[in-house]
Parts: sequence; structure tokens; C-alpha cells
Amino acid sequence: MQVSYKWLKELVPNLRATSAELEQKMSTSGIEVEGVTSPMEGLSKLVVGEILSSEDIPDTHLHITQVNVGAEESLQIVCGAPNVRVGMKVIVALVGARIADNYKIKKGKIRGVESLGMLCALDEIGIDEKINPMKHEDGIFEMPADAKVGDSIFSYLDMDDEIIELSITPNRADALSMHGAAWEVGAIYGLPVQLEKKDLVEASESAASKIAVKVETDKVPTYKIRLIEGVKIAKSPQWLQNRLMNAGVKPINNVVDVTNYVLMAFGQPLHSFDFSKFGSDEILVRQAKAGEKMTTLDHVERELDDSDIVVTANGLPVALGGVMGGADSEITDETTSVALEAALFDGTSIRKTSQKFALRSEASSRFEKGINEGTVREALDFAAAMIVELAGGKVLSGVVESNDYQPILPKVSITLSRVNSALGTDLSLETVEKIFVQLGFGVEVEGEKFTCEIPSRRWDIHIEADLVEEVARIYGYDNLPSTLPSSQNAGELTQMQKFRRTVRTGLESSGLNEVIGYSLVTPEKATEFVGQLETTTLMMPMTEDRQTLRANMIPGLLDIVNYNQNRKNADVAIYEIGNIFLPNPDDIRPIEVPNLAFAISGNVVDKSYNGQAVPVDFYYAKGIVENLLEAYKEVEFIPSNNQAAMHPGRTAVIKINGRVAGFVGQIHPATAKKYDIAETYVAGLDMQVMLEELPAQTIFTDIPKVQAVHRDIALLIDAEVTHAQIVSVIKSSRIKTLSQVELFDIYQGKNLPAGKKSMAYSLTFQPVENTMTDEEITAAVNKITKNLVEKLDIEIR
Amino acid sequence: MNLQEKIEDLRKRTLSDLLSVADEKTLNNLRTVMLGKKGELTEILKGMKDLTNEERPVIGALANAFRDEFGAKFEAKKVEIEQAVMNAALESETLDVTLPGKAQKKGSRHILTQTQEEIEEIFLGMGYEIVDGYEVETDHYNFERMNLPKDHPARDMQDTFYITNEVLLRTHTSPMQARTMDAHDFSKGGLRMIAPGRVYRRDTDDATHSHQFHQIEGLVVDKNITMADLKGTLDLVMKKMFGQDRELRWRPSYFPFTEPSVEVDISCFKCGGKGCNVCKHTGWIEILGAGMVHPNVLEMSGLDSSVYSGFAFGLGQERIAMLRYGINDIRGFYQGDVRFLEQFGK
Repeated sequence: MQVSYKWLKELVPNLRATSAELEQKMSTSGIEVEGVTSPMEGLSKLVVGEILSSEDIPDTHLHITQVNVGAEESLQIVCGAPNVRVGMKVIVALVGARIADNYKIKKGKIRGVESLGMLCALDEIGIDEKINPMKHEDGIFEMPADAKVGDSIFSYLDMDDEIIELSITPNRADALSMHGAAWEVGAIYGLPVQLEKKDLVEASESAASKIAVKVETDKVPTYKIRLIEGVKIAKSPQWLQNRLMNAGVKPINNVVDVTNYVLMAFGQPLHSFDFSKFGSDEILVRQAKAGEKMTTLDHVERELDDSDIVVTANGLPVALGGVMGGADSEITDETTSVALEAALFDGTSIRKTSQKFALRSEASSRFEKGINEGTVREALDFAAAMIVELAGGKVLSGVVESNDYQPILPKVSITLSRVNSALGTDLSLETVEKIFVQLGFGVEVEGEKFTCEIPSRRWDIHIEADLVEEVARIYGYDNLPSTLPSSQNAGELTQMQKFRRTVRTGLESSGLNEVIGYSLVTPEKATEFVGQLETTTLMMPMTEDRQTLRANMIPGLLDIVNYNQNRKNADVAIYEIGNIFLPNPDDIRPIEVPNLAFAISGNVVDKSYNGQAVPVDFYYAKGIVENLLEAYKEVEFIPSNNQAAMHPGRTAVIKINGRVAGFVGQIHPATAKKYDIAETYVAGLDMQVMLEELPAQTIFTDIPKVQAVHRDIALLIDAEVTHAQIVSVIKSSRIKTLSQVELFDIYQGKNLPAGKKSMAYSLTFQPVENTMTDEEITAAVNKITKNLVEKLDIEIR
Repeated sequence: MNLQEKIEDLRKRTLSDLLSVADEKTLNNLRTVMLGKKGELTEILKGMKDLTNEERPVIGALANAFRDEFGAKFEAKKVEIEQAVMNAALESETLDVTLPGKAQKKGSRHILTQTQEEIEEIFLGMGYEIVDGYEVETDHYNFERMNLPKDHPARDMQDTFYITNEVLLRTHTSPMQARTMDAHDFSKGGLRMIAPGRVYRRDTDDATHSHQFHQIEGLVVDKNITMADLKGTLDLVMKKMFGQDRELRWRPSYFPFTEPSVEVDISCFKCGGKGCNVCKHTGWIEILGAGMVHPNVLEMSGLDSSVYSGFAFGLGQERIAMLRYGINDIRGFYQGDVRFLEQFGK
């Protein structure tokens, strides 16, 4: 909403605040001011001139004019406008002037003729095309005949006004009019408001004898028409055009301009029809019929359906109710009788229609947000009187209307103690009462209870909390005290929240950087590493890439690996903790499972003067997982060769205490190719399972007083036998004192029979009480080796 | 030469030799030659038997003094030689200490997570619980329970990712207000919580828009919670985050689920309020929205709004991080460029 400071001062005559002060005050009391601008900003040396003579330059469209600008000598200016005329008052940009787009006027020669300035059209002094009543080809702008030669042009065009741009929240649509803005400014400064009034003189002939109005829909609470006959369509006076332009509206003619002026002043949308085009003496307002067609003022034919409201005459739509008039009954230069409409249209219905047609007008946006239902008639009468004032003619007597609708004014009560307990203040009865009075609420005080009658212009106020807000904002939010609620609780993280932090720290100390990927991915990526399952997909995605909620996080990580490797960041080690979304048979919402995933590509140790680069491999990735799962009792890595996107020989399913918790491995070379990334290792883990299986608490074990003993064994075995099998057999040998089994060497190749490998383990025996004798140790080792030989056909070396 | 003179002569020679010794072996040799069983002193002292009873103790004392003196000087020389050996060794071990150290891989926590954890710590200290919410919400919790009924203009289809007509990606963390109020046992005292998490809007990703971003919802509901409590709480939090000398500005605003509603600006932490590019030359930075919980929202959770009141607020992690660290493109948070991530490694 653009508020003219000049106009505002007329409505609040005692306003002393400057526009800058107003900006600050309004912003901190309820309506944000986006900024204050002036139409003359960036312009200079523009004066009123009078054309004394005009001489054509042969074979061109140019004229050599002599222009009086109030100086001793007249100026010779070459001008190409078609409407140059001797005696015309014009806008002169003197040499050195700044005009639109910061263009500087210089002394010049056109076709060899000296030109000492420029005669301007409105677009050349920065009037935007959207509000400019003239087209460029119409020529230069003609100043009013009484404009004084040599004066600055700005005051004649009200370009010296200041425009306050309001940013209106949906609850304060009352400020979408000058009267509403004036009430607001009056309330925050405690100043009286003086609205414009006009006396309407009606002719003896009654409107009802010429027209009838019928409403057949509950979406139009009231519909009113006045008839004005004998008008003469012309341009509006300059002051009205200025006012409209400063409000961001293009002047059209004296009738349409009045309806727009009243829209801006009252916030009441009006529409003027050429009554002679109706071909009927009845207006019927109803829901449109499906398939019904009409052409709106913007000359677009629109097909309607039964959710739209139409104003019809003679069975045909003449307006898309509350949104836009029809082209057929538009006011033209020939119009003499005007049917002037003021009505209320249901906001929700208007919103649907304007959304459907992408047709948002000043009228529709106001009906959507609500208008002052108490001034429909007042606005109509004001407009009728103003039309006669500017266009002549007469207003027929009476309003033809569907009813004499008046809104019921709500009464809202609140006690002083509720005000103070809501705000934490200690305001007095008088202070609060004064605020209500300032707001123009009809207030009654009974003991400490206020009962406010809310005027129709403040349709946002219904409940106690609304009154609290009014008191707070007028009193000033900055003036409210600052306290802290008294506390009895101790804040604490949940188990999962603590766990997430621990895991983060663990992964970061393993050299991984945390990333945050997108939850929405392609349907393929959503399930890429988890196999077929039902996914959660958007109804109306914006792009193909972002349509399905991820059921695993690895594709997002691979995209990030790709992003980095495309930018020559070859070494990438990243992890993400976030939710994945799995089908939920018991609810309309999917299950959200906290997950962790990591991806490592490139080198994990950089090449340097003291060592070779070390590329990531399976065991590096596995080591990170092992680190993370150190606290768990039983962790297994089971070979997995059936995950399509993973390397069949380098992938392990991870089980914790027998439950599947995730997997780790190298992505399939084909997958790496698809993502255009280097060899990459990934892991995905279900944090819910991890948390559920987490040992409750570490129990301290006494440090043994007896020394542990170590024995090494070397085995020659079939290459297919896994480390896990060997360890399992060693552990199944029932040696109580055996506390640790560690692989320290593995060899395959030269000097060994084909298909065999050699593995060496260090066994640690930790007796609890007595030191083990050599015999005991040998017996234990023998038991283990015997077991290995029997079960795995191993040769002890 | 009498004995006395012999000892004195030996002493002079020995001490003189000691001075020129440069290695441990020569040193030990010297001791053996002088003082050993077959050493020169022993030889000299063999002449003691010819001395008178008066002379004997004098010579004895002289010999002992010489032994003591030699012993002390010998030890000193030994230390000196060892030190020289050590120094030579150390010199040969000298490194170029300006060469780079062995690289240690260390990861970094995402700046949005760091921001979130920092805010969590502040609220934990004030007795708030931290609640994890659902990213997929129902229309009921996301809108209706937030006082945004079906036809409310503030919930245009454009802004929301719907999954079905009833299920959607939450557009804000506010549904956690209703969910925690529903779950909380108010007979055991008031509720104070924050709910951080991802939210989603139908926006085309560009430098200032992201279809996915993060919010932290805050909610306090109890008997006698006032707007002054909201001011005091946010004042404390903002000063902890942005510095004690920050000023706050409170502007009335509108959210369907709070009444009164407020928008909070802080004085620019870059220029201190004089005006710069961070605050767009206004001196103020819009930092969060807040308000007193709308009575309808309380009532829909079964709370009597004449007894209970509360305040709520919403913070945006991206916005805070962008302002604080001068990040100009919101997409940077999600692209995962290693050069971005590593700048925030602790």
C-alpha cells in the first residue's frame, strides 16, 4: 500500500511527524513501513515553460521551438513531439537537468540546430508505464494552463510528495486504504482524524424506476447500485490524476478515476458500468454456470464455473463479481449513464476465482483480505457525488440494493488484571482506557472491566488476546518489562540426542566431515541401496530431482562426492546423520528412522615428503565402523553379495547382537560410473538399532594383578577360510583365560602351496588369580590348535 | 727429590694431563696410570716405610689430599666429556623444524549443526527440553492446530509440498507446539521446550531460497507466562548468541498461531547499528518471529486459556549462520563442498 504523505496530512490535520519519524513509529507499533520515497528523487532542473514559437525543420518530424522559461531570454529547443503547439505550457529540462534513468541533459545540436534543453513527456521524467496516463507516441506532457513559467514542475504534479510504502500483514488489511491508514496514524499519535465528506444531491427521478437488483447467491451479502445520468467523460483534473499516480494507479477518465479514488480512500472496491450497454433493467448476481463465458476488461475471454460469482444483465455476465468488470459494459468516451456498483463479495470465493484465473486486481485482493463492511453505502454515495462534481450529470434518487446490510459490531471485554497478567505490566486503568479511546473503540468501564465496541473498520478484533495486542502495541513493545519465567525444570537431552552427539564426535575424530543432504531425491535414488520398497512421493513435485523422500542417505552423499570431484576436490570423506522415510502400514505418515551414512573417496592419507599417499580401501571404511561400534558386545560383518549397487565381493552386512544394523563396503564400479565418481566406500547404519542395542553402562573390570601371557601361532589354511571362521573356532575352544585373539600377519603367494594362505595370530591369556605355568599355557595352546586342525583342516606351522 | 716433592710433582703432571684429556677412554687410562694398583702414586707411597713417625702422617695427608683433588677434577672432567659427546650427538640429530608435521585427518561438524547445538546448550541451561519432531506431518498438526483452518489465505497450496491431501512435508517446526502440548502432563508443571529440525517449502532453490531449511521452534506454556517473560527470554538468548552489547527492537507482527505477535530485530553485530551491507543500511537485522500462544492453539490442546498462557518463537539456523559468518548463498549449506565444510572444522 502506497500512502501519500500529503494526502495523509489532510486526513490527520494535526500530524507533525515527518515521514521518517512516521516510518519508525509505524514500524514499531504495528504496520511495517518498507520505505519512503519521493517521485522527484533523482530529478533536477525541471521547470515550467511556455512555447512561444514553433518552426518545422523541413523533411523531418522535428520542430525548432522558442520556449520561455522565465529567464530574460527564451531558449531554443529542438523537439520531435507531434503535439507541440504555440502557447502550450510544457515541462522543460534545462541544460544540466537530470531526467529519468539519471540521464543528464546537455547543450546539443540536432540536425545542425542548437538545442538548449528538452521538452519532456511523463515517461521521460520517470513516471512508470504502469501508471502513466499517456503513451510515448502521444507526445510531450501539457502542464496546466495556470502553471507559472519558470517554476519547478514538481508541486504541479505532486511529485514533491513522499510516498510511504506499507507492508501489510494479513490481519491488518484495514490499513489498505487511506482512511484506514489515517485511523492508524491517529491512534498511534493520539490525534483526531478528519475524513472527507461530500453532500450528495439526488435528482427527483428514482433509480428504482429504471433498474432492479436481485442476488441469488449467499456469497454476496449486499449489492448496491446507484444510477448517474448525463455524465460527460473527460480527463480528470490534474490533482486527482496526481493522487492516483502517487497511489500507484493509472488515471483513465473522470468516472473510472473516481471509483479508483474511492477504492484508495475507503478501501471499498467500486465498479462503474455503462448502463446503456446492459440492454436490461435488471441486474442479477448469481454463481456462474459451468461453461459460461465472458470477456473481462483486460480483453481476455474466460470460461467460468459454478464457483465464480457473476453480475449479469439480460442473462449475460457483465462482471466477474469482485474481481473484474466485463469489456462489453466498460465506460467509454461516449458513455452518458453510469451504473455504479458497491457490494460485498465473499473473500474465500474471490480468492479461489482470482487464483484460478491468475487475475489479481486491487478489488479482488481487498475482498480476499476483508473490507470495512460498515462503509459500503457511504463509499457509494461519496463516489456518486464526486462523479457529478467532475463529470456533470445527475444522481437518480435512491440506492437500488439487495438489502440494507449493516455489520454487527462485536463487543469484546477484558479486565485490567488480564491485560497486566498477559503483558507482565502494571498499567493503570486510565492508561489502558486512554489507549482504547485513542484506537476509536467505544469503551465502557465497569470496575476494572473494559467493554469495547469494535468499529467495523477493525474487523481483525474478536477476542481478548486481540485487545491485549492493541494495548501492547500502542503502549509500545519496547516499553514492556523484561523478565524470565520462574523455572523448576532441569533441561536434559534425550538418549537419542546424546547418542547423536557422541556418534558425531566419533565420526569427526575419524576424519569425516558432516554434510546435510536433501531429503527429497529421485524415486530411483530413494531406494537405491536398500532394494525395492514403497516410497513416499509428493503429489506435485517442483522438479524431477526432488520428488521422493529418501529411504536411504547414500545417494545424497554420492551426489556430494560427485560435486566435489567435479571441482577437483578429489579426496572426500563425509557423513550425514538424518532421517530416512520408510513405509508405515499403521499410519498415514511414513516412519522416520534416524540414520547415519558415510562415504569416502580418494586418498585418506595425503602424499607428502615423508610418505606415500594412501587411498581408501574396504578395511579403512570398516575400521571406522568398528571404532564406532567398539562398545557393543557382539558385532558381526557378514559377506553380502546381493546388493545391486554394491561391490559383490567387498560388502558386509553389519549385525549388532544378531540384529541387522546396516552395511559397509565399496560401491559397485557401475554405480561409481553412474555417479561419475572415483572408487568410493560407503556405510549406512540404523541409529535406532544402534541406540537400542547400546550397552546400558560400562561396568568397570578390576585391572588384573597377574601378568598376562602371549603366545603366537601360525596357520597354513585354505584361502577360502575366513578370519571370522578362524576366530570363531579359536574362541570355541573353551579356554577361560583366553582374553584376546589378534591377527598380526597374513600371507599368500610365493613359497606357499597354491590355494593356501598363512595367517598368524597372537593369543593373549589373562589368568585372574594365579600366574599360568608353562604347562598350563602349552595345554591351552594345544587345545586351540587341535580344535583348529579338526574343524578347519589347518596345518600348524 | 724427597717424597713430598715427588707427590707434588706427580700432582702437577696429573692435573696438567687431566686438562688436556678429550675422551672418556684416555680419562680412565690416566686414572689407572696415576692412582691404580700399579700406578705412580702407589709406587711413590712405597717409600713411606723409610719415613719417620713424624713425617708419615704428613705425607699420608698429602697423598689423600691429592687423591681427593684428583677424584673431584676427574668427575668434573668426566661430566664435561659426556656433555660434549651428547652435544655432538644432538647436533647430528638436528631437524628442520619448519617442515610440516604429519597430517592428522580430522573431520568437521556442519555449521548448521554447530549453530543448532549452540542454541540447544543455551536452552538446556534454562531448563528446556529438546524435542525431535516429524518432518512428515499431517495437515491437522501443520495447519489446523496452528489456527490455520482450511481456507486460510496464509496456507496457499503453492508453499506446501503435499504427499496426500492430509499428509505433507512440514512447512515449519510449529506443529511440535501442538504435539508437545498434547503429550505434556500439565499437572506436573509447565512445559518448556525447543524443537529443532528440517522444514520444507515449495521454493525454487537459488541464493536466498531453499526448498529445505532448518528451524528451531520454542514453546513455554504454564500458568502466568507473560509477554515480559518472552522479552526477557529472547533478550537473554540473543545476547548470548550475538554479544552482550546488542540491542533488541520489538515490532508487532502477525502469525496466525500467536497473539500478540512480534518480530524481533537486533542491532547489527557488524556495524553496531551505524548501517552497513549486512543490515542493509538500517542498523537492524530481522532475526526471529515470536508471540504469545494464540488462545485457540491452547484450547485445541485442551488447555484452559484463562488459566494457561505461553509464548512461542521460531529461529532459522540458516539465517543465523548466514548473517554471522557472511555466507551469501544458502545453497552452500547443502552442496557439501569440502572447502566450505572444512572452514568450520573446530
